[in-house]
Amino acid sequence: MKLHYQVDGDNFLVAGEASASLKRTLKQLGIDSSIIRKISISMYEAEMNMVIHAYGGVIDVEISTDKVHILLKDKGPGIPDIDLAMKEGYSTASHEIRELGFGAGMGLPNMKRYSDHLNIYSEVGVGTTVEIIVFLM
Amino acid sequence: MTVKELLEIVPIKLAAGKDGLNNEIEGGHVGDLLSFVMAHAKEKNVWVTIQGHINSVAVASLLGLSAIILTENVTPDDEMLRKADEESIPVLCTALNSFDMVCKLSSICSIMEE
Ligand SMILES: Nc1ncnc2c1ncn2[C@@H]1O[C@H](COP(=O)(O)OP(=O)(O)O)[C@@H](O)[C@H]1O
Ligand SMILES: [Mg+2]
Repeated sequence: MKLHYQVDGDNFLVAGEASASLKRTLKQLGIDSSIIRKISISMYEAEMNMVIHAYGGVIDVEISTDKVHILLKDKGPGIPDIDLAMKEGYSTASHEIRELGFGAGMGLPNMKRYSDHLNIYSEVGVGTTVEIIVFLM
Repeated sequence: MTVKELLEIVPIKLAAGKDGLNNEIEGGHVGDLLSFVMAHAKEKNVWVTIQGHINSVAVASLLGLSAIILTENVTPDDEMLRKADEESIPVLCTALNSFDMVCKLSSICSIMEE
């Protein structure tokens, strides 16, 4: 099963809708709730990063019998130093964003912790692609 | 216990999400940084926070939390109320700070255990 989502940049009123929609689908498919939790956490953090840091983007999800594969692509500013960005607590989020409770610098670490595979490809000035894989068994 | 039962014993007001009043509460989480809540709050937890905006409901709904308790007299914005009704996540408001709220919750838990 393939799913496609369009994510708006800087629109906090609909931010997280793609993750919510995927969760509903996974629930309907009868997938184990602890696995849905892993997928929801990873995808929500990645979706919010697109909203906050990258003017939005597109998400493609493929659900197969053994795994959920999520590809998030944006045309944002890119990440100059991925190792640094992966550090717990590292964030370039603005003060306004932090007041909403985002910008703890724990998004990428959460994605790493709750997914089975995380790959990040990024080019400054071009954009970022995040690939998340969570196994279903 | 359910959210409805909680509402009858602690000083909190229901602001939205009444369709979720029968949600069961099992434990809770306190925090205002959404990534920490995402990582550590568990299904059926009640969440004590000062984040009175729509994204809190998105987090609560994704995690299957039973209710959001807004402390320190935080007023939820209209989008949060609308979304909470839509997602059936009760939003409860109190003048207490998060520490005092948790103390109240803890005293109820010990009464219930006796
Ligand atoms: N899609 C993205 N495009 C550009 N920069 C990003 C993207 N995702 C993450 N980053 C950068 O990596 C940092 C760390 O991300 P994260 O761990 O999610 O923390 P936070 O989102 O709380 O800042 C961000 O502050 C930002 O500088
Ligand atoms: Mg983030």
